[in-house]
Amino acid sequence: MNVNLTVLGQAISFAVFVYFCMKYVWPPIINGLRERQALIAGGLADAEKSSQKREEAEAEIATMLQDAKSQAAEIVAQAQKRSNEIVESSKDTARSEGDRLKQSAQAEIEQEIVGAKEGLRQQVGALAVEGARRILGTEIDQNKHNSVIDDLVKQL
Amino acid sequence: MASSEAPTSSEYIQHHLQNLVFGYHPENGLGIAHGGDEAAAMGFWSINLDSMFFSIVLGAFFIWLFKKAADNFNAGVPGLLQSSVEVIVEFVDTNVRDTFHANNPLIAPLALTIFVWIFLMNLMDLVPVDLVPRLGEAIGIPYMKIVPSTDVNVTLGLSLSVFALMIYYSFKVKGASGFIKELTLMPFSSGNPVLQAILIPVNLLLEGVSLISKPISLALRLFGNMYAGELIFILIALLPFWAQWALSVPWAIFHILVITLQAFIFMMLTIVYMAMSHESH
Repeated sequence: MNVNLTVLGQAISFAVFVYFCMKYVWPPIINGLRERQALIAGGLADAEKSSQKREEAEAEIATMLQDAKSQAAEIVAQAQKRSNEIVESSKDTARSEGDRLKQSAQAEIEQEIVGAKEGLRQQVGALAVEGARRILGTEIDQNKHNSVIDDLVKQL
Repeated sequence: MASSEAPTSSEYIQHHLQNLVFGYHPENGLGIAHGGDEAAAMGFWSINLDSMFFSIVLGAFFIWLFKKAADNFNAGVPGLLQSSVEVIVEFVDTNVRDTFHANNPLIAPLALTIFVWIFLMNLMDLVPVDLVPRLGEAIGIPYMKIVPSTDVNVTLGLSLSVFALMIYYSFKVKGASGFIKELTLMPFSSGNPVLQAILIPVNLLLEGVSLISKPISLALRLFGNMYAGELIFILIALLPFWAQWALSVPWAIFHILVITLQAFIFMMLTIVYMAMSHESH
């Protein structure tokens, strides 16, 4: 336990080791650690930023979806309205067409009735003349009596 | 000790506590001391070869290992060695930052060197006490203490270096007058010039003792802890071989704590002393 030159030797080697540590060991390690710190901080900031962006995008998507939904509802409503209109108008068309057909058929029927009446009147006139000629036994001059017959016919 | 004869217990202990001293003996001339008396006769101008050898080897190992980690430093994903080194560096850096607020690029590397070097020197305590000395005897080296921090010269060498830095930075930061003022005008001061003149020697005595005691306590704390621990291991080694484990294993486990703690205390106090010498009032 004697104090001797070892003290000095130890102090010298201590100085040498501290010098080496200060020169070659400490700076690269501590700089590397700082670099890593910056790296991690940057990564965290990036993650924060991208999550924020994602939230924004989600909000945007939600509004877009809302818009699309309301638009679709509007379109559906419009289409319904339009189809109702179409149905209504075609009903109208059908109704007026039916009316027209009915009217034309009625007119035809009336015409037929008139024609049939006319034919019958003439046949009745001829029958009346024939009947009268047979009864009288004389020849009736059709031309002579035409005015009488026509009167009779008209009375039918 | 001649290995042919079985040594007595006290011879065994003395043998284990003797350094390999090289120096000039008044009668035997230049050479290695055989026993404590010869070593004492050599006086100051001798050197403990074993302490020097193991401390330098361990210090070189520290520099080599950490330099290796520093050279291959990867700011991305660290390897195993780098992670371990990073933990230590970060630990030291945190302690330095918490305590030392001035700007001095020497302090952190100084603290790291002290912590790791002393840790490694203390760690040699866990090597079985007889293993290396017996191997040394086999190749003709009579004495070998493999734990450098059980040599008071080693711890004094460290603490006196720290003390020299303290004095240097005190003068550099505070100036000669500031340093003298700190030694003479504190802790007692008075507005009365006469009273102040009386208080100056009192202050000088108090501050002087506290200043001188710093390197002494720093050295003796580490030395005492490691010396005592080593002595217990030596005493345990005197037991029969089949009983030794019952004591040496618990003591070794406890000693892991002491080893780390003493290295940490030495580093922490160094940082504190450096911070004190950088503070100007």
